[in-house]
Amino acid sequence: MQQTKSVEIGTGAFVLLGFAALFFLTTQTSNLQSFDDGYYDVTAHFDNIGGLKVRSPVSMAGVRIGRVQSIEFDRERFDAVVVLRIDARYDQIPDDSDASILTAGLLGSQYVGLQPGGSDLYLESGSELEFTQSAIVLENLIGRFLVNAGGSD
Amino acid sequence: MIRDLAETFGGFVRTFGASQLFFARLLAESPRVLLRPSLVSKQVYNAGALSLVLIMVCGFFVGAVIGLQSYSNLARFGAEDQVGPFSALALMKELGPVITALLFAGRAGTALASEIGLMRVTDQLSAMEMMAIDPVVRVAVPRFLGGAFSLPLLVAIFTSVGILGAYVVGVPLMGLDSGAFWSEMKQGVAQADVWEGIIKSIVFGIATSLIAVWEGYNCQPTAEGVGRATTRTVVISAVVVLIFDFMITAIAIT
Repeated sequence: MQQTKSVEIGTGAFVLLGFAALFFLTTQTSNLQSFDDGYYDVTAHFDNIGGLKVRSPVSMAGVRIGRVQSIEFDRERFDAVVVLRIDARYDQIPDDSDASILTAGLLGSQYVGLQPGGSDLYLESGSELEFTQSAIVLENLIGRFLVNAGGSD
Repeated sequence: MIRDLAETFGGFVRTFGASQLFFARLLAESPRVLLRPSLVSKQVYNAGALSLVLIMVCGFFVGAVIGLQSYSNLARFGAEDQVGPFSALALMKELGPVITALLFAGRAGTALASEIGLMRVTDQLSAMEMMAIDPVVRVAVPRFLGGAFSLPLLVAIFTSVGILGAYVVGVPLMGLDSGAFWSEMKQGVAQADVWEGIIKSIVFGIATSLIAVWEGYNCQPTAEGVGRATTRTVVISAVVVLIFDFMITAIAIT
């Protein structure tokens, strides 16, 4: 009887621990729940998104305030529509803020940086960022530099 | 000599086919056995709970060494913050499932194989047949199910403890920021990565348990036969686990 009891306790403890570990792995180590306390989506059109990816960070003054939710191609305007999912805590961002695609470090990954504007109205779910600046594509930059260098002679 | 080779190859194909039929039989009998959960829970205790300490100690040190190695190499590029996601991804996708499966084959698989093998040697399996008890249902299926159920849980525990090991090395010892460790990990790990590890652990659980039960059930009824069955359990499990690991990774990446 005593032995059955210890077997039962051992089995129960093992299974509970196993499921606790599974729960930890699925919720705590990946970003499933990083915005579970509310968010809102805003859209922005970019001429060129460079290497921006879904789940890239959206930051303001270097602080991460959200992430890129989706990237689609706009078939009428021939540009990219990026949906930014912003944490609901940051609900006082002026609606004339401008969004630019920046690079973290020289070879780092790309992110969306927001520069606050001066409007009294704030961004809300479904609003669109009017002022955007595309990613800097290195080839274009080098190309322009070469053309300029050639022209000055 | 060519005839020898042909015979060996023919024997291999035959054994492989027989083991697959055995697997089909185990699956077919599983629902009946699940109606008597006490049979399975006893095996979950044997295969899982008794391996727990081994898995946790190994997981901690594997995680710690990954933390240490990734720290010393990433620090050269000023990317120490990436220790968290690096260790978590390495543990989740590769080291957790593979090392746990190899340890499981050594700890629980050999125990299963020698236990069933000894039953074969002492004619217990035949005795059951005489009493109209199907030894596959009474002996093989509960052990198979217990093993296949335990391994995914052991992998989850190994991986979690491993991440803790990487944290212990990274944050208190090497002086990384605790917040950066966790937030970079959440940034870098996707749900798909976690699921890849879980799918691997389920496949490895089925494979290692099947191999252990098959080897034990079909061992030569001699002392030497039991010894050979336990050795083959470990060797075949290791090879099969590594092959499956490559195949699942290839599928996940493409």
